[in-house]
Amino acid sequence: MKPPLLSLQGLTKIYPGVVANKDITFDIADGEVHALLGENGAGKSTLVKAIYGLVTPNEGQMLWRGVPYAPHAPAEARSTGVAMVFQHFSLFDAMDVAENVALGMDNPPPIRELSARITEVSNNYGLPLDPSRMVGDLSAGERQRVEIIRCLLQDPQLLIMDEPTSVLTPQEVEILFRTLRQLRAEGKSILYISHKLEEIRSLCEHATVLRHGEVVGRCDPREESARSLAEMMVGQSLHTPSRLAAEPGKTLLQVTDLSVASPSAFGTSLKSVNLKVRAGEIYGIGGVAGNGQDELLGALSGELPSAAASIQLDGKPVGTLGPNARRALGLLCAPEERLGHAAAPDMSLTENALLTGAAREGLVKKGFVGWSKARDFAEKVILRFDVRTPGAHVAARALSGGNLQKFVIGREILQRPSVLVVNQPTWGVDASAAAAIRQALLDLAQAGAAVVLVSQDLDEILEIADKFAALNGGKLSAPRPVQGLTMDQIGLMLGGAETGDADVAA
Amino acid sequence: MLRLEKRPSPSRAWNYATPLVAVAATMFLGGLLFLALGKNPFEAIRLIFWDPLFSPQFAAYSRPQLLVKAGPLILIAVGLSIGFRAGIWNIGAEGQYIIGALCAAAVALFFYPAENPLVFPLMIVAGAFGGWLWAMIPAILKTRFNTNEILVSLLLVYVAEKLLAAAATSFMRNPDGGGFPGSRDFTRYPSSANNEIIANTGMHWGVVAAFIAVIFAYVLLQRHLLGFQVRLAGQAPRAARFAGVNPARLVVLSLGFSGALAGMAGMFEVSGPAKLVSIDFNAGYGFTAIIVAFLGRLHPVGILLAGLLLALTYIGGELAQFMLGLPAAAIQVFQGMLLFFLLAFDVLSNYRVRFSMPGRKAEAA
Repeated sequence: MKPPLLSLQGLTKIYPGVVANKDITFDIADGEVHALLGENGAGKSTLVKAIYGLVTPNEGQMLWRGVPYAPHAPAEARSTGVAMVFQHFSLFDAMDVAENVALGMDNPPPIRELSARITEVSNNYGLPLDPSRMVGDLSAGERQRVEIIRCLLQDPQLLIMDEPTSVLTPQEVEILFRTLRQLRAEGKSILYISHKLEEIRSLCEHATVLRHGEVVGRCDPREESARSLAEMMVGQSLHTPSRLAAEPGKTLLQVTDLSVASPSAFGTSLKSVNLKVRAGEIYGIGGVAGNGQDELLGALSGELPSAAASIQLDGKPVGTLGPNARRALGLLCAPEERLGHAAAPDMSLTENALLTGAAREGLVKKGFVGWSKARDFAEKVILRFDVRTPGAHVAARALSGGNLQKFVIGREILQRPSVLVVNQPTWGVDASAAAAIRQALLDLAQAGAAVVLVSQDLDEILEIADKFAALNGGKLSAPRPVQGLTMDQIGLMLGGAETGDADVAA
Repeated sequence: MLRLEKRPSPSRAWNYATPLVAVAATMFLGGLLFLALGKNPFEAIRLIFWDPLFSPQFAAYSRPQLLVKAGPLILIAVGLSIGFRAGIWNIGAEGQYIIGALCAAAVALFFYPAENPLVFPLMIVAGAFGGWLWAMIPAILKTRFNTNEILVSLLLVYVAEKLLAAAATSFMRNPDGGGFPGSRDFTRYPSSANNEIIANTGMHWGVVAAFIAVIFAYVLLQRHLLGFQVRLAGQAPRAARFAGVNPARLVVLSLGFSGALAGMAGMFEVSGPAKLVSIDFNAGYGFTAIIVAFLGRLHPVGILLAGLLLALTYIGGELAQFMLGLPAAAIQVFQGMLLFFLLAFDVLSNYRVRFSMPGRKAEAA
């Protein structure tokens, strides 16, 4: 029998104090799309880094077509026939596509020749891309194509993709999947990492499930349900966020004709945004990153000032107020970037609790900080939101993404906001933490707050939001009730087909 | 292969141990340097670190010098550290120090020879005001026109030096001085004299002010919301704006504070140890204080210790130069080593060193 393309045999990687991978064994055959499933911290990244030559395993071996394979550097892996598309792109905004591709190659041909090959590959695989465009002007989906084409130019046998769809619109996902299926038909293999279970079910024929660094299951995802896959991943039955249906109350947040210039050169200015959120309502705002999400959050939090009347909180104009004045009135925010924006990485959780809780929680008296009160507040957040940490004295950057996110969201929710704005609340967060955060948002709305949920995860918006509006190029579409909305309609809204300041039918 | 690995959170033990390790390493390598110059290393080290404080022969003169030299360094460094923590780089403390001294001198000369106990406090206020005013120039230029405060504050040092030269040679010159440059001797005008509070200790009002500044800065940074905002703005500017910190206000406050303290240091110096406004009374304290601030890890108590340590190496260095005939450059190399080792070992509080086998070099997680 022909040996498999890549065979992992008892791979173990131990970091000081952590076993990242323990005795991992599986095969990838030619022409197979193999899914690697697992929560954050389950050891997926370490494993693919070992295959790509970025990490050397402590024990075990890999066989490439039956021959021992132990890459010491990515260049070695690439020359064997392994290519990888990372979750975070490594592209330079100020260079064009061909130059960026050349930078990632071991022996790049002349640019003219390379451009021709880029065009050829992009046509062959249905990934339209102009080699002379500046990367700074490309959408996230197009940037990903640059990375994929960079890999395909090396003619790899095995393509590793780390969370490739997290930044794509549904239509872009379809294009990507067509390409991946075409690659499979050509006999190439793909190792596909994702936590989006529906995707894995539609694309992959084998799955290896990791938990705490160990293989806990193997299956054919086409024969499993998304729920059973998730439970395999988490190791327990999952709690689906739920709430009772309730009539929304009075309008708490009204944004009228809000236009704000972006402070950054590559940012997107907001153009005449309208929205209206009522008590008890969750207003979902979808859209691909870079379409004005950061600016919208900044304008609502008070970091970017605007005309006074363009933002009204319970009837009061607050557009010109700073973040603390808005907090005092009950408008709280949780930005997307946890480290450096929502929290200071090198400060303790106690100090980070003070960061937004100073006024509402009465942590400061006459300018002096009540550190014991701040610590109590931090500990309350840790306890109520199940933040896994040795204590409130720990620096924020020592926490895992999911735990820090629970802390950041919890910190705002425990301040009893009347309006809460969150951006990407479950980005990079494991399944059980994400479920807990979503439930907390539902509970908050249930208790009579208005919630604005900005997210690129459409499933998340469909799961908990009441209304859906799309942010595209700094413009917000008219909202639609989530109930009965199809993926096709959402795709059109995200693409900008229904954008424009239509009536604020809320 | 040696590799540095980032620690999940900074090591407390190393944070305290690095200064000691650095001093030990400096003594060792400095000793080798002195040996290579043909001097007895043990004697040289003893002359630098021990004799200024404890030798029966030299201590009577050197010991008071310790506080005299450390006082202005600490006072200026404490002010600078607040701005440095917030990521606001006032490099021009030397200029603020000079202008503070000139303003204080102007007050003293205005009242001369009237005896009034209010002259001295008024000089302190004038000194602080002068330094504050000089620091407001980069502050306002930064907040209004987004200029770089490093360049503006640094260049203003040279402006201040020109003003000082003009003052010493013309408009503040002592009319009874027989045409020599330099103002009246403030220590001989009782109302303006910043004399030792306790004889032969070097303790003058500037040293008292430095201790007060240390305590004030400690309380500010540890207990006050403004201190928290300063630290936040320095570590995570975006988080600071999210927390409602106004960056322009912070620039004005921290530059103003450091300028006022530097100006005060200039006032105490000119009315005490320096005695009069002369062309070169300033002696570079404003620049050395930058080193003291970083040596003390921008922590008030660390700055207190760093100021004393640096003053000690200056006094001891002079002593070693004088007694052993060591070249001045060797002493400067020695002081440079101390700074280098302190900053180099500082890496260990955030990183740990790992040894790994060759051939695993690509293992970058």
